[in-house]
Amino acid sequence: MTTVEHRAVDQAAPQLDTALLRVENLRVSFGANEVVAGISFTAQPGQCIAIVGESGSGKSVTARTLVGLTGPGARVTADRVDLAGADLLHTSERAWRGLRGRQIGFVLQDALVSLDQLRRDGDEVAEPLRLHRWGNRTQRAAKAVELLTSVGVPEPEVRVQQRPYELSGGLRQRALIASAIALDPPLLIADEPTTALDVTVQAQVLDLLAASKARGTSIILISHDLSVVARLADEVAVMRDGHIVEHGPAAQVLHDPQHDYTRMLLAAVPSEHTRDSRLSAGGPSTSDRRVRRPVDRGRPVLEARHLTKVFCGPDKVDRTVVDDVSFELFGGETLGIVGESGSGKTTTARIALAILAATAGEVLLRGEPWSALSTDRRRPLRKQVGVVYQDPLSSFDPRWSAGRILIDALSTGGRPPSSRAEARDRAVRLLEQVGLTATHLDASPLRLSGGQRQRVAIARALAPEPSVIVCDEPVSALDVSIQAQVLDLLTDLQDDLGVSYLFISHDLGVIHHVSDRILVMKDGRVVEHGTATEVFERPRHPYTQELLTAVPRLRSA
Amino acid sequence: MSASSVATAVAPAVAPGRTLPRLPAPGTVLSALVVAFVVIAAVAPGLLADGSPTAIDLHATLQAPSWAHPFGTDDAGRDLFTRVVHGARQSLGIGLGATVLAFVIAIGLGFTAALAGGAVDAVITRVLEVAFAFPALLLALLVIAVRGPSLATSIVAVGIGSAPGYARMIRGQVLAVRQAGFIEAAAALGHHRFTVIRRHLFPNAMRPLVAVATLGVGQSIVWSSSLSFLGLGVAPPSSEWGALLDAGRLHITTSWWLEILPGVVIVLVAIAVTSLGRTLQHRLGGAAR
Repeated sequence: MTTVEHRAVDQAAPQLDTALLRVENLRVSFGANEVVAGISFTAQPGQCIAIVGESGSGKSVTARTLVGLTGPGARVTADRVDLAGADLLHTSERAWRGLRGRQIGFVLQDALVSLDQLRRDGDEVAEPLRLHRWGNRTQRAAKAVELLTSVGVPEPEVRVQQRPYELSGGLRQRALIASAIALDPPLLIADEPTTALDVTVQAQVLDLLAASKARGTSIILISHDLSVVARLADEVAVMRDGHIVEHGPAAQVLHDPQHDYTRMLLAAVPSEHTRDSRLSAGGPSTSDRRVRRPVDRGRPVLEARHLTKVFCGPDKVDRTVVDDVSFELFGGETLGIVGESGSGKTTTARIALAILAATAGEVLLRGEPWSALSTDRRRPLRKQVGVVYQDPLSSFDPRWSAGRILIDALSTGGRPPSSRAEARDRAVRLLEQVGLTATHLDASPLRLSGGQRQRVAIARALAPEPSVIVCDEPVSALDVSIQAQVLDLLTDLQDDLGVSYLFISHDLGVIHHVSDRILVMKDGRVVEHGTATEVFERPRHPYTQELLTAVPRLRSA
Repeated sequence: MSASSVATAVAPAVAPGRTLPRLPAPGTVLSALVVAFVVIAAVAPGLLADGSPTAIDLHATLQAPSWAHPFGTDDAGRDLFTRVVHGARQSLGIGLGATVLAFVIAIGLGFTAALAGGAVDAVITRVLEVAFAFPALLLALLVIAVRGPSLATSIVAVGIGSAPGYARMIRGQVLAVRQAGFIEAAAALGHHRFTVIRRHLFPNAMRPLVAVATLGVGQSIVWSSSLSFLGLGVAPPSSEWGALLDAGRLHITTSWWLEILPGVVIVLVAIAVTSLGRTLQHRLGGAAR
């Protein structure tokens, strides 16, 4: 463990007397493993402190400790944890129950698992009221409707009668926030409150939290996403390995970071500013600026013509998931498909892969039939189209090592290895090509980190020497610094090999960073289509404009 | 976030390598010893009991357990320990044979139903549901009623009796594993459908069933003993464990060991095999993320 820079921490707490929450030297350990290693901060009323970090930084454990839910096996020590002058450190479970909901509201990431599926939303929202004996049944029911109205849920009278699974992700998250603010607690702890949400919904939830802040609530926002934080936080604390490495006013930390780690994190966020530049430090390429390989505008490598996919739901109602989608993907080009959940982008990718048959329309590979071929006729051509999934682990046979996965993929290519030794050599070369080493050959993907797994997945896609790789949310499950490395790897490989990418993502920053041309999809239709510059700088369709306004940004353009 | 997930998350680059195998629990060791004993008895009974299981000694009938006859003797003066040891081959043979047969039938039906889908799946599933609704022992009785009791019939009867349950499990496994990302990934690489089934679908679908099969061996031993006890299995001169129980039934009021000791052996073996099966289940379950 490195020594912490306490300099910034000490500067950041001048007006101690009005502080609502005061945390000094908080340590949490599980066995010998210290997850939070002595952090200090104070929260003022009407202020938002963001704790930012990557997975394993200890930010979520900190959040849980502040609501007394650290869990069994955890050892919590601190010089001081005070809420409005009252000690939280030696609070009994019984006393915690009196505090949660009334003094401290807690909003979790995944509203689907945080809400009881079998209870009506009204009861869920009114639960803290009931627990803290607020009003009678009729008053609580009225208050539940009022709360849902205040968090912007349409038709609250209908919603209170529904159950969580009948609501969309955004509505569920808002119901959860309504429940957390039901008793108007002075402190609200939000752990990744918008991570599972689409950008437009995320913007609404952030506005909601901002409104709560304006009413005097003190918010502790836990997030991995620096751009989300930029929109709400007054102060930002950057956590790494249990330490706060940098802490200061949001504007200062986000625009003039002092610590190398903060700088690295900020540089790693893909956006319109990072096009043609590297996101991660170091790496195989020496130049900072990318020299893009020119796109071959001849015959398209992959061409989709009027794709339509209709699914018949369990209620026998047909739903058009993909509606008249056409695109061309040229050699060495990246075509980004961006859209929110349910926009049909993944279905489009699966049709392009010919894993799924379209209801109407056709996909051509190098001008020849592809989707229209029979399975047997298509099989020899499959080597030309690779795929990288969002969750690499589930795309690997759990019994296989990285080496076996690669050797298997090599055997499907145009030049299958003729001997065991050759197969091994080429697998090692593939690993090296994606920044891994021969030592990873015998490793089970289960034992690799998220970034390493995605590298193995990319190596597998490259093995048959394809001309197109379909990337379906390839970096969405990765920490921002790892995401940066994987995005850099993909662009480097494109420059080296001239491979084309059909790149699916919900993240506009990622799409803008990697794409030459972009399709914006909504409800199965392509609403906007153009070069990255056209789509991002002169969006024509109102939906694209809405998307772009909703994206939280680190810097103003 | 649980303690363990924090621990792994703190060190994102986990070094490739294997953790040391944990020491097995005492129960597992004991079970392994019991099973090893039974396997030796089945393969080379002479090593454990050098006498003949059918050696009649009319001077020493119905003797209580002693140093000379650790399990006592039966009404023909035959040494019960020797008979139990020599019976292991048949009992274990029925247990293994029935389980293998059950799995062969179940794999055929389960895979056909899950992979064919549609009408084929509907028909197989309905038939399995009807068969499953019968107690397995009743199905076994049906087979014996048709073929008459014998060692082979016992195997077939217990095998057919337990097949429907396995077939349902296998069908479910295949349907679940077929949805896995690696199946689609293998197809996207251009592998033939049968290659994908052979290399990925079959081993991954069957992996959790290895433990189930082990449990099944223990259960089959109990079932085949039940059949023999009812006089529907292997005929009495044989020393199959259920047949021993059946023979001892006549003297239960006077010579307890004839009933209790073979019974204890059956129970011990069943517990040992089941306990090993459970251990296997946990191990394999852990490896399957």
